[in-house]
Formats: sequence, C-alpha cells, structure tokens
Amino acid sequence: MNDSTLDHLRTVADLPDLTGTRYEIESEIGRGGLGVVYAALDSELGRRVAIKVLDSTDEARVIANLEHPAIVPVYDAGTLPDGRAFYAMKLVDGIRLDHYAVKHRSVSESLHVIERIGEALAFAHSRGVLHRDLKPQNVMIGSFGEVYVMDWGIAGVAGTPRFQSPEQERGARSEVDQRSDVYALGALLAFTLPENAPRALKAVAAKAMRAKPDGRYASVSAMLLDLRRFEDGLAVDAFPESVWQKSWRFASRNRVLLALLAAYVLVRVALYFFRKF
Amino acid sequence: MNKIYVGLIFGALLGAVDGGTAWFYPEARPMIAGILMGSTFKGLLVGVLCGWFARKVQSIAWGIALGAGLGLLFAFLVAYMGAENGQHYYLQIMMPGFVLGAITGFLTQRLGVQGQKHAKANSF
Repeated sequence: MNDSTLDHLRTVADLPDLTGTRYEIESEIGRGGLGVVYAALDSELGRRVAIKVLDSTDEARVIANLEHPAIVPVYDAGTLPDGRAFYAMKLVDGIRLDHYAVKHRSVSESLHVIERIGEALAFAHSRGVLHRDLKPQNVMIGSFGEVYVMDWGIAGVAGTPRFQSPEQERGARSEVDQRSDVYALGALLAFTLPENAPRALKAVAAKAMRAKPDGRYASVSAMLLDLRRFEDGLAVDAFPESVWQKSWRFASRNRVLLALLAAYVLVRVALYFFRKF
Repeated sequence: MNKIYVGLIFGALLGAVDGGTAWFYPEARPMIAGILMGSTFKGLLVGVLCGWFARKVQSIAWGIALGAGLGLLFAFLVAYMGAENGQHYYLQIMMPGFVLGAITGFLTQRLGVQGQKHAKANSF
C-alpha cells in the first residue's frame, strides 16, 4: 500500500458517518473551534450543501431562527450514528473576507461589506443573539457580492485576538454584550479600510473599538447610522469637525446652490458698478 | 411641505430680496414700495410654476432651466412695462431675474415632497 493510498484512507476515516441521512460527504472545507464543516451532496434534492458537525444542535437552533439575507440559512439538523450533532446549511459559493480584502480594499467595498455584516448583527441582537466571534474568517462573500456571517457563537466567551473585545480577552462573561460585537465590527472595519481612508471612517472604527464598552457605540445600529451619515456626506458622531471642516462639507454638498447665489451676487455687483456707463 | 409651497415661499422671498436691492440705487428709492411688491409677486409666480413642474418632473437640470426661463420671461414683461420715469431697465431687471429664477427652480427640485402619482425621473 503506497503513501497516497494511506493518506486517502486516513482522510476517509476522518470523515463523519452520515449513514441514515440523505447526505453524502464530499470533502472537508473548514475547521473551527466548535466544529468541522464539510461539503456534501443532498441526494434527495440533488444540490450541494455544507454540513457542520459539532457536539450539540444548539448552534443550529440559534441560526435556524435567524432568518436574514446575511445569515446562512439552515436546511436540516440531526444526530449522527456516533452521537454527534450536525446541521446542513447553504453552501456558500464565495471567498472568506480575509482573502476578499486582499484584492478589494476600497472605501466603497469596505462599507458595503461592513454594512451587510452590521445589518445581520443588528437583526441577531434584536433576537437576543450575540455572535461573540466575529472575524474575517467567519464572513463569506458570495459570487454575487452577497455577504454571509457564519459561525454564530452560542456558548462561553469566545473571540479571536485582534477582533476580540477587552472584556472577552479578560474572560469577563458578565460584561459581554452587544457592544462586544460592536468592537469586533469596528475591528473588521479597520481591517477592510484602505490606508488612505477618510479620517471620519477611521474615527468610526476607533470609536467602536474603545477599550471600555461605555465609550463605544451603544449598538450596532448606532454604528451603522454613523456609516450611513458618512455615505450621505454628513458629519459623523465619531469625528468632531472644526468650523472650517463643517463649512467645507456644506459647500461640497451644496455646490450648485452656492454657484447660483454667487452668480446672482456677481450680477448685482456688476450692474451696480457699471450703471453709470 | 409640497413643492408648490416651497416654490411659493422661496420665490416670494427671493423676489422680495431682489426688489429690496433697489434701495442701493438712489434714483429707484422713491419707487421702492412698488418695486418690492412687483418683484415679490413675480418671484411668487415663478416659484409656483417651478414647484408645479417639480412635482411632475424630477430633474435638477430641467428645474434650473425652466426657472431661469420663467424668471427671464417675467422679468422681461416687467421691464417692458417700463418704470415711472418711462425708462426700460431691461438688463438691470432681466439678468437678476434670470439667475433668481434658476435658484428658485433648483430649490423646488431639491426641497419639498414629490407628487405621488406623476413623479417621473428624468436626466438632462
């Protein structure tokens, strides 16, 4: 028996036994703290799905009750012959955010992704669900530009360094709330923004990532509001502006009106001074 | 507030301001009351018409063009009537009227609530 045959046997041996289900495992596609994800074929519907195998179906129940365009839909859940739980979900045809951000590092692309993630988070928070482990590896960008937030944490204080809030780092479970997800979203914003991003956006990320939860946005919705204000050309709460900056922004948003008013003043001044000629 | 009211208010306001600039011309000061009333009414008319147009067509460029055209037309009519001294101040009345009409057209496009049934987006 040669090495490649042995490697294949090892791989097959590691695959979960889906006997009794309608799924046929194809390959492993990801491995996280709470479980392993496989690509599989749903033999009844003839479509490819993603199967996640973990210790309990709690995560599946959480996600199945979060119906949102940016949260991967759960199709099925059950128990394997070996007692482990599994759930089948949409197989996202796309790439992870950390890979996506390498080639797509513009302000507009960053805002598009962050806003979609934020909307999913805000929706989940409204249902009393926190993510707790938001990071680029848990966000997928589909082939049509759709954004999916994956791997919703359901137990304990999770988190990944750099995207983990200080209270999660300390293990202070009682202090982990939606502002911990705000922290992670701010870290994602900072991660996806180009280096020459406007100061206002960097200020939004910085505010979301303040060490003390009280200093951050009170909610993901508040952070999204500030991002939308930026997109509308308005001042953001996170970035106090000087009088000059406010005037410049007003002038930028009202160029046509100011030009017309200037034309009127010019006409009046010209008529006044040349009336004698 | 609907766009016709926006046009009415801003048209009258801008017309009043325009009429008030006659104070800077000593020869026009004795007639300022009439100038103010006429200019305000002219601005009001332009504003109402621009507001009505803005309810039908959503286009800043066309709004400015129509406002400028109406402002020029009504200013011409006022200038044609002539002043009390018999003089016709075509340039002094039509040029500011043209620009103020453009401003009124712009404001009616930008402000106020669009009419629901007849709004049609256009690009110039």
